[in-house]
Amino acid sequence: MIEETQLPELGAIALVRYFWRQLTSMRTALVLLLLLALAAIPGSLIPQNAQNPMAVSDYFKSHRALAIWFERFSLFDVYSSPWFSAIYILLFISLIGCVLPRSFEHLHAARALPPKTPKNLARMELFQTWSSSGNELEIAKTWLKAKRFRILESEDSLSAEKGYLRETGNLFFHISLILILVGVLIGGLFGVRGSAILSQGERFVNNATSYDTISFGQISRESSLPPFTIKIDKFVAKYNTLTSAPEDYTLYVTTVAKPGATPKQQVVKVNSPLTFGSTRVYLQANGYSPIVTVQDKKGNVTFQGPVPFLPQDGNLRSIGAIKVPDGNPQLGLVSSFVPTYARSSNQGAISVFPELLDPKLLFSIWQGDLGLDNGVPQSVYRIDTSKMKQIALSSLKPGEFLKFSEGTVTFEDVVPWVNLQIVSDPGKSYSLIGGIVAILGLLASLFTRRRRIWIRVSAGEIQVAGLAKNGAPGLAIEMSEFVAKLKGN
Amino acid sequence: MSAQDWAYLSNYAIYSAMALFTLAFFGHAYETAWAVRTPLASAETEGNLVAKTFDNSRTQKAMRIATAMMILGFAFLFFGVIARGISAGRVPWGNMYEFSITGALAFTGAYLFALRKYDLRWLGVLVSFSVLLTLGTAITLLYRASAPLVPALKSTWLVIHVSAAIISGGVFLLANVIAAAYLYLDNMESKGPRKVWAQRLPSLEVLDQLSYRLVAFVFPLWTFAVIAGAIWAESAWGRYWGWDPKETWAFITWVAYAAYLHARVTVGWRGRRAAWLCLLAGSTFLFNYVYVNVWGTGKHTYSGL
Repeated sequence: MIEETQLPELGAIALVRYFWRQLTSMRTALVLLLLLALAAIPGSLIPQNAQNPMAVSDYFKSHRALAIWFERFSLFDVYSSPWFSAIYILLFISLIGCVLPRSFEHLHAARALPPKTPKNLARMELFQTWSSSGNELEIAKTWLKAKRFRILESEDSLSAEKGYLRETGNLFFHISLILILVGVLIGGLFGVRGSAILSQGERFVNNATSYDTISFGQISRESSLPPFTIKIDKFVAKYNTLTSAPEDYTLYVTTVAKPGATPKQQVVKVNSPLTFGSTRVYLQANGYSPIVTVQDKKGNVTFQGPVPFLPQDGNLRSIGAIKVPDGNPQLGLVSSFVPTYARSSNQGAISVFPELLDPKLLFSIWQGDLGLDNGVPQSVYRIDTSKMKQIALSSLKPGEFLKFSEGTVTFEDVVPWVNLQIVSDPGKSYSLIGGIVAILGLLASLFTRRRRIWIRVSAGEIQVAGLAKNGAPGLAIEMSEFVAKLKGN
Repeated sequence: MSAQDWAYLSNYAIYSAMALFTLAFFGHAYETAWAVRTPLASAETEGNLVAKTFDNSRTQKAMRIATAMMILGFAFLFFGVIARGISAGRVPWGNMYEFSITGALAFTGAYLFALRKYDLRWLGVLVSFSVLLTLGTAITLLYRASAPLVPALKSTWLVIHVSAAIISGGVFLLANVIAAAYLYLDNMESKGPRKVWAQRLPSLEVLDQLSYRLVAFVFPLWTFAVIAGAIWAESAWGRYWGWDPKETWAFITWVAYAAYLHARVTVGWRGRRAAWLCLLAGSTFLFNYVYVNVWGTGKHTYSGL
């Protein structure tokens, strides 16, 4: 015999309601929370595009097959991936579905009086009874009022309740999490983030072309950049003489907040950025820029200026490329720079200290096609020498020059460069307020005890009892104080 | 005194603290082992299983000495951490060696603080052993000469963020040890009555409550540590949250403990399941400390390794 189970037919609304109830249930929220923790893990183990794009491209080179699969599942962009977003969006919907109804309920409860004194107090916790001496109800009322209990009075009894702050705190905590997320969203939509490398002596004008990299939020526009300028006056780095570890970075700048404003001299440090309204400017990285002049055979200057070099180690051995596209033929200097020169038998020129004690520029000169005109983006630190040939190899100290077959190279001087990160995040104050409210709400909800105390006088007998609505201890002590007060000692 | 003198003094204090914790360990081991009494063999007991009894009246003295050693060790360790700070002219939280000695201090502190209210001396063996292990690893593998801070750490937030994180860590680990004890005893009880030496340990219910209270007590502080870190990151790195490995794992720990609190308070988990969840959350904290500091990449690379 085959019994066919007939599922009750669910209308569309009933179905939606069913899923809504499932989604907003505590168990689902718990599963989503654990899933969120689990989903965050791969992003800390696999290199991420947002944090370290170089490591991602290295990973593609070393583990090509695996990397392709990682890419398919957005494992290089975990925190903006569809599956990670799905989890936290569901979690927040579940949270809203849970918190909103509870907020209305609580708003209602917060204005209401406690429920009536139960008929049989003897069945409640901490029940005590003794014979009345007359005015206990009055004493009880004063005591409970002084302790800020809410009191429902009746002819022969008081019903008092305290600790609504627990639920208030709990709700505020959860609502503040939504506020944090809103702050993150506003930052993502209206924020601007970019960076620029500037050598000492250069000036930064805040428009999109001045940046080396810049990314706008979905809604922010170039016109929203505040029109400030920053001139790099001086950068000072101090290093530990034993370990070469950096001890202090100080950047001196002259800023003009908007055209026509008075210039201001300011100091930037790693932990104290410049502020222009909601835009802040951070000191992120630094290195050295050799100042090089290249002249052709007739003595015309074909290139001059500071060129930022990329540091390779803690002693700031740096690599860089000096490209001279205006010469005929085109020239390229594949270079490295060491602030304190030393020779190592297996590595060649190395630096033994990050400060400029014995600076040296080492380079090879190449002649041919730099490949700048074919539209393929190039690294500013490297030269593609596949269509070039090497014509000279040398090293210079500041002030020295080299004559070679196509002209002269002069190593004039060396100045530091700094990488400024320029960030506008109009959402961060919402997140900050959210964070502060979250902690206050959490404290209120974890350390407030919700409890009820009753007293009744019936036939010359005093009856008292209490109820702790959450298992936190402390009611017994409070009750004994209460009873002692009533008994007049 | 010169910075060098303070650094030496700090090292001597740490070595002395290790000696004291070793004494505390032996004291606790003695009082646990010798409290189990086997009656002398007699005609009555012959042929029967010998019924062991638990009686720590004779080992009270060892227990008190062990606790005294623990307090003294705490004092020496405290001095060692302070002296380290003086020698470097800053708060002593600049590299992993310093995080470890301060972490051991916070852990011992959490134990001694809880001792005022609960008789946790049965935990003494485990506490002294794990403190010894932490200090031993710190001084042999993680030790770095006392040096000034790198520029990124020069901020008031170092004091606020790191102290909050270290204290939270100490309490989380204590909660973890208690949850582990719960699981061990629960397993033992499911096979029969408790072994004699374990009879002095509190009931399962008490352990269950205790680990929950510790977590509930310190969860707001951990939340604060994460938020303080975000505020600091905003002023140092230009963003308050960037999914740096350390940040990611701090977030995972936070979410895991949030799940634990919800499971207990709202869904009503107790006992084994809650203890496992507590252990899981605590191990994410440990993983963050060990993995991200030693092997991890990202911006929180201050271990000095």
